[in-house]
This record gives sequence, C-alpha cells and structure tokens, in this order.
Amino acid sequence: MIPAAFEYSRPTGIDDAVRALSEGGEDAKAMAGGQSLIPMLRLRLAVPSVVVDLAGITDLGGIRDDGDALVIGAMTTHDEVLNDELIKTHVPLIAQATATVADRQVRHRGTFGGSLAHADPAGDLPSVAAALDASFEIAGPAGRRTVPASEFFVDYLTSAVQPDEILVSIRVPKLGGWGSHYEKFSRVAQAWAMVGVAAAVRRDNGTIADARVALTNMGATPVRARAVEEALIGGPASADAVAAAAERAAEGAEPSSDVSASADYRSHLATVLTRRAVSAAGRL
Amino acid sequence: MTVTEDRSGAEVGRDRRRKEDSRLITGRTMWTENISLPGMLHLAILRSPMAHARITHIDVGPARELPGVVEAIAGRDIADIQGSLPCAWPVTEEMILPDYPPLAVDEVRHAGEPVAVVAARDRVSAIDALEAIEVDYEPLPAVLDMEAALADGADLVHSGHGTNKCFSWILDSAEAGTGDDVGRAEADAEVVIKRRYLQQRLIPAFMEPRSVVVDPTGEQITMWSATQIPHILRLMLAMATGVAEHKIRVIAPDVGGGFGGKLQVTPEEFIAFAAARRFGRPVKYVESRSESMLSAHHGRDQIQDITLCAKRDGTVTGLSVKLLANMGAYLGIVTPGVPLLGAFMYNAIYKFPAYRFDCTGVFTNTTKTDAYRGAGRPEATFAIERTMDELAAELGMDPLEVRRRNWIGHDEFPFTTVAGLTYDSGNYEAATDKAMELFGYDALRREQDERRQSNDPVQLGIGVSTYTEMCGLAPSRVLGQLRYGAGGWETASVRMLPTGKVEVVTGTSPHGQGHETAWSQIVADELGVPFDDVEVLHGDTRTSHKGLDTYGSRSLAVGGIALVNACQKVVDKAKPIAAHLLECDPADLEFVNGQYQVKGSPGAAKTLGDCALAVFTSHDLPDGVEPNLDADATFDPGNFSYPHGTHLCATEVDTETGRVSIRSYVAVDDVGRVVNPMIVEGQVHGGIAQGIGQALFEEAVYDADGNLLTGTFVDYLLPGSPDLPDFVTARTETPATDHPLGAKGVGEAGTIASTPAVVNAVVDALRPLGVSDVRMPCTPERVWQAIRDARNGAHEGGERS
Repeated sequence: MIPAAFEYSRPTGIDDAVRALSEGGEDAKAMAGGQSLIPMLRLRLAVPSVVVDLAGITDLGGIRDDGDALVIGAMTTHDEVLNDELIKTHVPLIAQATATVADRQVRHRGTFGGSLAHADPAGDLPSVAAALDASFEIAGPAGRRTVPASEFFVDYLTSAVQPDEILVSIRVPKLGGWGSHYEKFSRVAQAWAMVGVAAAVRRDNGTIADARVALTNMGATPVRARAVEEALIGGPASADAVAAAAERAAEGAEPSSDVSASADYRSHLATVLTRRAVSAAGRL
Repeated sequence: MTVTEDRSGAEVGRDRRRKEDSRLITGRTMWTENISLPGMLHLAILRSPMAHARITHIDVGPARELPGVVEAIAGRDIADIQGSLPCAWPVTEEMILPDYPPLAVDEVRHAGEPVAVVAARDRVSAIDALEAIEVDYEPLPAVLDMEAALADGADLVHSGHGTNKCFSWILDSAEAGTGDDVGRAEADAEVVIKRRYLQQRLIPAFMEPRSVVVDPTGEQITMWSATQIPHILRLMLAMATGVAEHKIRVIAPDVGGGFGGKLQVTPEEFIAFAAARRFGRPVKYVESRSESMLSAHHGRDQIQDITLCAKRDGTVTGLSVKLLANMGAYLGIVTPGVPLLGAFMYNAIYKFPAYRFDCTGVFTNTTKTDAYRGAGRPEATFAIERTMDELAAELGMDPLEVRRRNWIGHDEFPFTTVAGLTYDSGNYEAATDKAMELFGYDALRREQDERRQSNDPVQLGIGVSTYTEMCGLAPSRVLGQLRYGAGGWETASVRMLPTGKVEVVTGTSPHGQGHETAWSQIVADELGVPFDDVEVLHGDTRTSHKGLDTYGSRSLAVGGIALVNACQKVVDKAKPIAAHLLECDPADLEFVNGQYQVKGSPGAAKTLGDCALAVFTSHDLPDGVEPNLDADATFDPGNFSYPHGTHLCATEVDTETGRVSIRSYVAVDDVGRVVNPMIVEGQVHGGIAQGIGQALFEEAVYDADGNLLTGTFVDYLLPGSPDLPDFVTARTETPATDHPLGAKGVGEAGTIASTPAVVNAVVDALRPLGVSDVRMPCTPERVWQAIRDARNGAHEGGERS
C-alpha cells in the first residue's frame, strides 16, 4: 500500500521539532526510525497530516555515562545500542533484549526511544525499561520534564509523551552487582514476543536480596510482576523458591486473546518464562 | 516404453550456476511492474469488505472528480465485455460452475472480491480515489464451515444453485476393477484406525505480487502478466471474452515465484484487459501485499476422514478416504481438480488391496482455493503418512517397519496401484536405508528412550515420511479421462543460427526454476555446442506460440523431453548436409561430441555450426534438401513421473511451553536422472521449508464474519532461515523409464514429503504423554493444549476401534 499524502518536516533541533509538532496539532506525528509508523502509514491505519522526522536532530543521539546511570539518547538505533560498550558493561539486559528485536534491517533503522515512545506492549524494550526503573526525559512546549517508567506507559500504544512532545533521552540505573536476563517467546525469529520476561536479580549469598521482573505482552502496558518480586525478595536463592514465586507471574496481568495466542496460554507462558528468566538472572 | 539410454555428457549432471540469477537477484530485468508505456493509466481496485452481501447501490462518480483520475467503473459498466472467469476442470458432468464475474455486479461472495476499479494517471491518485466510491452493501449470511454448508437448510453461497455442494467424485477400487472392496476389508479387519485430519488453509505467498499490464493499441492486444501460464492465459482470455485468439499476445516476463499461486487466470487480469479495451489506452495494475494475501487464491483447506484397515502383523488391507474440499466462493482455473490429484496418492508407495476415495467439493464465502505447491498430493501424503504412524503406534511397531511391510518392493516395478496408476520405477528400500544411516536413526531412538525414561521436559520425537508423488503433468489421455480441459504435452523448438549459436524456444514458463540454465545444459550435450552458445526463449506467445506452461513438476519431465527430441531432429536434419560437405554417404557418418565424422576415420569432421553456415548461404546444398536446420518437437508423456524418497525429522518438543524445534532433518530423494544437482538441491530445500511452514507455522484464519485475520506477514507466519534447521540432503537415482532423459519432477517433492515427517515427529515426542494428534500448524499453544488435554484425559486425538 501507499500512504495517504502528508506534509513532511525534518527539523535539526529539539525545540524546532516541538514547534513543528505543536503547529501540526493533533494530526502531527513524530517519526523516529519509522519501523512502526511507516507500516501504519502504508496500511493507512495512521493518516497524519504532518510527519516530523527526528532523524536530523543530533542532540537526540548518543549514550553517555552519568555516574550511577547511563543516559541513552532517544534516537540511538538498536544496532548502536547492541554495539555499545557502556551498555554491555552496565546494563547487559538492554543489549540482550535488543538483540531479539525484529531483524537486522529493522535494528539498523529502529531506535531505542522510538520503540519505547510507541509503547507497544508486545515490544521487548518497554518491559526492560520497566524492570530497570528507567526514567524518561521529555521535551514539550512548556520545557523539559522527567517521567518514571511506572508512569510512562499509559495504555496500549500510548505513552506519557503527548502529541506535541518528543522523548529526548532515557536514564537507566546501572546494574552493578545484579544478574539479569530477558526471556522471549515468539513463534518465528523476527516476530514480536508472544510473551517476554525481563528479570534482574541481586543475590546476597544464599538469599535473593532484590529482584525486579517485568512482563512483555501480558496486558495493555508492560507489567511489573510485583507478586513474583515480593515472593522472591528475602527468600532463598533456590530453584524451588524461584519456581514457587514464578507461579504468581500472571497475577494482576490482563493478557489479551488474539490470533497468535489465548490469554490462558499467555498466563501459562508467563509462569514458565518467569521461572527461566529469574533462574538465569540469579544464576541458579 | 523405451529403455533409458546412457546420455552422460559434459553438461547434464553437472552443477551449473544459474545463468538467469544475476539479473533476477539484482532486479535488473523486466518485471511486470517495471513496464511503463506511453499514456499508460494505473488501476486501483476497490474490494469488498464483506464476506457475503448484495450490492444495493454503487456510485463511482465521486472518484471520477478527483485529481489525476481518468475513469472509474463498477461491474455493471463492463458487464457486457468482462466475461466470466473460466474453470478448466469441470470434474463431473453435474458439477456446479457458478458465474464468476471479474468485477462483482450484484453480489459479493468473499472479502476482497473486486467491486470497482479506478484508472488514474498515477498509482497514488488511483488508490486515493478508491475512498470516494460509494457502495451500499446489504449483508447476507456468510457460509464458512464446510460441514455446516452441506447441512439441510444451510445458507447458500450461490442462491441460484440451491446447494453449496459443488461436486462429488468417487474412486472405488472394487468398482474400477483395480482392487478389492473396502467395505469388506473393514468388516474383516483386525485393526481399524479412524482419524480426522484438517488441512489448514494456506497462502502461497510468492515473492512478487501479481501484476499485469495491458496495451490495447496495437493490432494484437498485448498483456504482460506475472503468471505461470501465459499460453493458457491467452487461450482463456480469447474463450471467455470473445476477443479472437490471434488478436491477443501474452507475455510472462521474468516472474518472481508462483508456487501454483500464479497458475491462475485472475479477476485482475480480466479487469485490466476489459479496462484497457474500454479506455483504448495501456493500463497497469500491481497488487499490494495485503491484496495478494486477501484475494489471490489460497491452497489446501480440506477435512480428511481416514479409515485404515489392517491385520495385526501390520499388513494394510484397505483404505477409505472421505474428503471435504473447500472451493471457496468461486471456481478458479483448476480449483475442483486439486483434491482429485490427491485421489491417486493416498495409497502412496503401498500395496493396499482395497481403496475408496470419496470427495465432496464445497462452496464457502472465502477466497477461492486452487493449486499450491503439490496441489492435492501433499494433503494425501500427509494423511496416509500420519495414519501409517498411527497404525505403527497401535501395533507397537516401528513406523518404518510398518511401511516396509506394505511398500512396493524395488523388484516389483512396474507396479499398477489400487488407484489405477502404473508406477514405472522406484527403490524405496535404498532411499530409506540411506536416510536412516544419514539420520543416525538407531542412536536417536536410543536417546529418545533415555529422555522418556528420565522425564526430560524436552522430549525427542522422530518423524518418518516415505513418500511418492505423481508429477510431470501429464499424459493427455489421462487428463481427458479426468475431464481436464487441456492436454498435457509440451513443446520445444531449436533454431540454428548461422554462426553456430542456438536459440531454443520452450513452451514452459519459468518463474524461478532455472530453465534457462538446465535447458542450455541439455542442448549443449545433445548438439555438442558450448553451454554459453545457447539462448533459451520463453514466456511470450509471439516467440513461443505453443506451450502448456509450468506447474505440476512438469517442465523438465515433459518439456525437457520435447527439447531432447527437437535436438535429435536437428542432428538428423544436418546429417545429409554434413555428408555433402564431407563428400561421403550419410550412412557413413556418426554424430559425436558435436561433430559429424566418418565412422572409422575421425580426422575429417564437420560441426553443426559448419552445417548451419552452409544452410545460411545455401550456395552448395545437396539437391532436394531444404535450407533449414530448425526443428520443433512436441512430447506427450506416456505416464506420470513418480519421484519418491524418505524424509526423517527429529524434533525437540518443550513440554512446558509447547515449542517445537527441529533438531535434524534428513531428506533422501529419488528424482531420477538429474540435469543440474545444484538446482535440484535448491528445489528440495525450498520445498522442505514450505512443507515445514504448513506443519508448524502457516495458517490462513477467517473470523466468524468471514474476514481474513491473517492478512499480513505479522499474523501469517512464514518460517525464515533462523527458524529452520540445516537440511541434510542426498539422492538415490532410479531413472524414469518412460523417456530418454530418465528425469522425474522435483519441484513439489520436498513440500509433499516434509509436512508429515515434521508432524509425525511432534506426535512421536508426545505419544508417551497420551497425545495422538496435534492439529496443523503445530503451534506452541496447540502442542501445550494437546499435552494438557491428554493429561486431563479429555482428548485421545481420534477414535479407534
């Protein structure tokens, strides 16, 4: 298919982009790597009057060390994330999950910030961001604001980024002393996750001192599996304890039933994959 | 029947990189979409959003007012010239053949059916204008389920015909005199296995979407189309529209895949043809991928009820097949014939004494089905190979042992089967032995035992498929008996150029198969010319006026023989000229390595090129010799070709998630003599991948209203290379006995063989858990559900008595 006609703007500064979005009103749409937006344009599921292409804004790129956290520019491509030494060293969970995103071509075009702002619950990175307690810097007409992960993912395909705002960067705490793992379940290699689990575990000898678990595609937004975390924290670092905690993975989740899986099956997968992800993260 | 000669030459049997690949892979070639003609209009088609509805109002007027739009038409505007789309295979006299207008006139019967067309100066304007067309639909009940469609009082797809039953067709060995009575076999059986298998609906998913360009401005109306069948298309256009055949030229330029999906005469081709005639200007239509998935014909979609009767020693005594075949809403070019191609294959490689096949074709409000790689034979092979495994399980025998008990021994060929076909050759023992060795069958069985004992959450399954198939379509006389609308011959012409170069015209129509390479190899050996001195011309009715095109693994097994015969004629025609040049008696000459030489004195010789030059000048030819070395040959095969082989698959099934991973896959195929092993290898790899697609990934799904839910590749899953194992392939070589090349078809073998091998492996892994079937595609959820049902004792997968 061919998209409906739209105006195209390619600003070079963050303020220019915000202005272009504001002037475009409700029908303006920001485009990062285009890997979600362009298919929607082609299928005419999205018919914006203005597309504001963020690719020319150099301030949105790059990954920097900021003490106890990394700051990842929203327009950093998946491929750049995968090849970044800071990410590999301090938050390998991001690299591991990013490696499962779609295929090589998509990873060269698609961006870290774009896939988070798109807020597809079947995307791999939203649950990772949720598990990592990332925070999001957003620029809008009123200036900059920072939103925690717990408030960033609002609903299905809806993030806290408003139509006249753009996501600038994502701040991710370093995971020193933590183990982590992303367990993805999809039918074919390049597909979205049927269910995915991002887990980070900090062990203190024989016990689990801290744990964070977030689920991909188990509801309209990424879901923190709080019941699992509570069951794990302070408990023994044993296979049995992890298995018991993982049984609670789907508590509070509201998975959908669709052509690729039923809600029941998704809930079952969440328990199996949580057990595997936590075990791998805790090196059990 | 002729005895196969030894035709070993320098080229045939040799790996040759395909000469067509650089242009196909780089795209620097003529695809239909690349064509641009002066004054050409671009077409866009408005399609029905409803599965079944009456069109109560349609107004294309608003679309005409939009910028760039030249014309917009609805079905009734061209009702007098658009014709009705043809079905070339009315399988019975009583078969219901509904009217099939390319653009719907009063009623739509499947989602995606064309209802209006816009012609504009550019493609974007045409697509944009579709939204301005006003259509009112009065919904009618959508008929989707085949069994419900056949019930009394069912809603009707074609109300004028009073029933959704398209045809019923029976082959009974007792009635045909080819075997015993199945009813008696069942009454006397020690074991009866009854199973129901569902062949899900598949989407052919060729790489290049369908495209068509029509130029009505010359003396001939020229149609370029991304089709497998330019010759049949021309004939059908003439017969269905009334335009004289000699006033139509059809060209299939380079075509990007088909898998049977372009073995069709499409509404879009007819719409473009009618639009070009009406506008008097060239038109182009290129479908989007979404349109392709929705409206290009689908494949499979059958319900198979199988009854297998046997003795307790594993000897099968009878097989009964009751088949429901989903036609979709209309009949395409060979829609009703597809399940019949399976009728002769359920007995497969076995010596079953009694057989009955009872098929009912059913109309539903879905996209029509038609040929898809294997067409009827994969369905049949799946059902029998799954059922043979079920028999083995019932008897506690090894699945290969059960097959051995029943298959035709290599010393029993030619063998006339219970379905009435005569298999010319085969060696099932050799292929199976080789496959078992490459697979490490015994070691894998041991590992399977260990993992069963240890309750490993990941179980190992071993799947077997010992297949044969009938291809090389087809002996014309047999096609006539099956009421097919055409013959099955193929034709070739050889043109000798004055410089000794050769042009070959073939009636086959390659769309990725590599005919240009393989045909050149054949000609190089037959005429003794270099491979690079041969040019293969195809796919244009102006250069290749005659042919029956490419499908059914027929091109080499039929068209290749026509080519060999045409080459032989050239060699014979040149002989008196060579003798004249050498001043000797033709009877003293022999043709060796491209040269005519006097027997016993190889020093004096003339090449075919020498003769070609002599014919060109014609200054000094023997009296009465026509100055022409060119030759045509048409070959009508005396029999089908019967490739066979043994495929073995090992799966690892994660019983916690239901995920199936293929651990190893061995394919030993016997496709007779091989012209180019590299091309055969490619066909086998692609075929296996597509068969695995059916086993594990692909399914076209409609919702309760008849909307296609799997309309993009996000939901219709094709396996990619990361999802497939490395294939171990090998061949045995039992030549076909019917013709001088000894080659059998290979295009569909991998697809036919692999699906049951994979599903048998999935079920084998889970059988100790109580699972005896998993519906295709064996998705993780279905596998998980089957395990859960078995644990709950809710589901035995099928009945047995």
